[in-house]
Amino acid sequence: MGTDATAQAAHEHLTTPTRLTGAEIVWATLVGEGVTDVFGYPGGAILPVYDALRKFPIRHTLVRHEQGAAHMADGYARASGKVGVAIATSGPGATNLVTGIATAMLDSIPLVCITGNVSSKVLGTDAFQEVDITGITLPVTKHNFLIFRTEDIAPAIRSAFQIARSGRPGPVLVDITKDAQQGTAIFDFAAAKPRPYRPHPMLRVEESGLAQAAELIRHSKRPIILAGHGVTESEAMEQLRTLAERAQIPVALTLLGLGGFPASHPLNLGMMGMHGESWVNHAIQESDLLIACGMRFDDRVTGTLATYAPKAKKIHIEVDPAEINKNVKVDVALVGDLRAVLEELLPRIPGRDGSAWIKTIEASKGAVAVHDIKNLPDSGHLWAAHVVHDLWRITAGNAIVVTDVGQHQMWEAQYFHHEHPRTLITSGGLGTMGFALPAAIGAKFACPEKEVWVIAGDGGFQMTSAELSTIAQEKIKINIAIINNGYLGMVRQWQQFFYERNYEATPLVSPDFVKLADAHGIRGRAVRTRAEVADAVNEARSAPGAFLLNFLVEKEDSVYPMIPVGSALHEMIRRPDNDPLLESADDK
Amino acid sequence: MLHTFVAYVEDRPGVLTRVASLFRRLNINIHSLTVGHSERNSLSRMTVVCDASAEAGHRIRASLFKLENVVDVDDIAGAPSVTRELALIKVAATKHTRSAIFELVEVFRARIVDLTAESLMIEMTGVESKIEGLIQVLNESDSRILEICRSGKMTMRRGHHTSGVLRAMGADPGEKPLPDDEFAGAAEESAAIESE
Ligand SMILES: Cc1ncc(C[n+]2csc(CCOP(=O)(O)OP(=O)(O)O)c2C)c(N)n1
Ligand SMILES: [Mg+2]
Repeated sequence: MGTDATAQAAHEHLTTPTRLTGAEIVWATLVGEGVTDVFGYPGGAILPVYDALRKFPIRHTLVRHEQGAAHMADGYARASGKVGVAIATSGPGATNLVTGIATAMLDSIPLVCITGNVSSKVLGTDAFQEVDITGITLPVTKHNFLIFRTEDIAPAIRSAFQIARSGRPGPVLVDITKDAQQGTAIFDFAAAKPRPYRPHPMLRVEESGLAQAAELIRHSKRPIILAGHGVTESEAMEQLRTLAERAQIPVALTLLGLGGFPASHPLNLGMMGMHGESWVNHAIQESDLLIACGMRFDDRVTGTLATYAPKAKKIHIEVDPAEINKNVKVDVALVGDLRAVLEELLPRIPGRDGSAWIKTIEASKGAVAVHDIKNLPDSGHLWAAHVVHDLWRITAGNAIVVTDVGQHQMWEAQYFHHEHPRTLITSGGLGTMGFALPAAIGAKFACPEKEVWVIAGDGGFQMTSAELSTIAQEKIKINIAIINNGYLGMVRQWQQFFYERNYEATPLVSPDFVKLADAHGIRGRAVRTRAEVADAVNEARSAPGAFLLNFLVEKEDSVYPMIPVGSALHEMIRRPDNDPLLESADDK
Repeated sequence: MLHTFVAYVEDRPGVLTRVASLFRRLNINIHSLTVGHSERNSLSRMTVVCDASAEAGHRIRASLFKLENVVDVDDIAGAPSVTRELALIKVAATKHTRSAIFELVEVFRARIVDLTAESLMIEMTGVESKIEGLIQVLNESDSRILEICRSGKMTMRRGHHTSGVLRAMGADPGEKPLPDDEFAGAAEESAAIESE
């Protein structure tokens, strides 16, 4: 990161066309695009770019594995709404990014990944550390560029930013040969501006569609709003809330939709789908009108399509025309930016009495909530649900929680109540283990003033735990909660339900995570009983530096309810009345 | 069913891969694909014929539009249009057996474009069924087909239809854009003309 003088020089480049090296153009263009933080890892083919870094006011975070760079950029983007930037060298550096790029693609996260490549003269010869990364990432990027001329660098990077953040956002990769980084060209930031973004030509919000939607809403007796990630992406929280409140329509959320509608709102039903609450899924099955807002009827949300919401008409408000009628055939499609569409729709929506339907749903909750595990008296067991519930209570929900993938992720979704968008960061579409720790680092860079918690499983944490060094090197304050059940828990749960408890390859020996943290100069503490949870969480929160809590929870607990793959939404596996679990957390 | 898409794409390396990769990812078999220069300098024109369910047309077109290098996509569906294919067929033939083939070629309004002592080459353009007809007749005759090279289908709508491309390129087409389904229902007419 440069000084004030370098910052000034960098900004002069933006206004006065100057001859720069390709490497300098990379940074100058990033500065022009408003980038302040990048995450990366150097190597031969990207060295010219690294060499030029000191002249520019950009903070570079050295990661421990390029997958971490992509996840950090992703976490940065999810927490801030800005485009995240990751940098890697050619060959193995570039291929290590791929999981992170695919993670961003499946969740529509705007990223720009910059990779170096071998010189254009040897491109295609299997030169040392050459890999066809534009070929490899073709299906997992929104678009990618192979740049081998210095003068093309600025226009490509500027287009990359435009593509990444426009329409349905996504990752874009710019692969730049070493000779293009070393050559020089006139850098003219303004002239490198791409043509205005072309909205997808099949976007269509017709008068008749809006009228039809309003008509369906007016006549519906049992409507439900299904709110997805699009609510956050298009910043339609206010509009969604107005629609729900004015027409008194309950709201069910997808995993990535959590936070898009306040958890405490009386109309919020909670999460739908595979591990959604029973009343939510029952309500969807009974509904006569689904109003899908910025969600894509993912298989984790619908259960088997043949029996999905059979009585409901469907209105789909969605920015990506390719999602319309993909999984679920809809009656009215309003294809456009969610906020804009809702703004057009709202004037047509009169007040409505929804109390009868809301009462029906309330009644269907029955005793479920009372028997909930978090309400059970302390019996000496430490349940993951307790940990998450206490974490929520103690932080008053005022934290960004970044989860990994597995049971703990679902418990987080069930027991941590998110009031605001961008406070739950999780890999939904790809379900990438190893996501949490690096993504949390990115989120912390985006929101340094916010409290950031990682909730990870013992398995996933180990996939990217090397990033503890990054935390130590960058001296950032993150709190880490490992939900340590000694298993690849979610897979073990599937084995329990569907493979006759054949726990093949799911028991997991882990290092002592507290010692591991200690080895990185990070403080930590093991927690074995519920009585200790609050104190431990408070200790972590008040510690000046990063802190790791190793929660040794029940080993064979399962996430309930669960809709088995191929079943209908209402065919749930419920928590058994007499949970046979007697085991208590082991001291390791 | 068979779908026919006409796409205008940027004429630069890698674009064909992106289009082909999309069909691969959707697990849709491409029946034929032709690419060549269009009336615009920097744009190539593709005709993609593929086999997919009736409902798939919308999603394929929408997905093609999501590719940054794709400028315009037309789903021909049943619209009045002209479809042609070019075939080169090499047939074993000597001085003594040529004349029978000449006759066939005449009937099919094809052309002989190369002649050697042991073989001749037939060039034929037409709709698919016509080309297949010639191949069948050749197979049923005593002649032996040595090689067949077929271009795949090329399709063009009848009437004025470039407005979509002009619009996509930011120009004022100076005429009313055609709604997508202007010609829905005209399929029969089209079929009748095709099978002339
Ligand atoms: C990279 C990757 N590999 C494999 C999986 C399959 N998978 C999903 S959940 C899970 C278990 C996760 O175990 P752990 O991190 O301990 O979390 P838990 O479920 O126990 O809370 C596995 C292996 C995955 N999602 N991602
Ligand atoms: Mg585990």
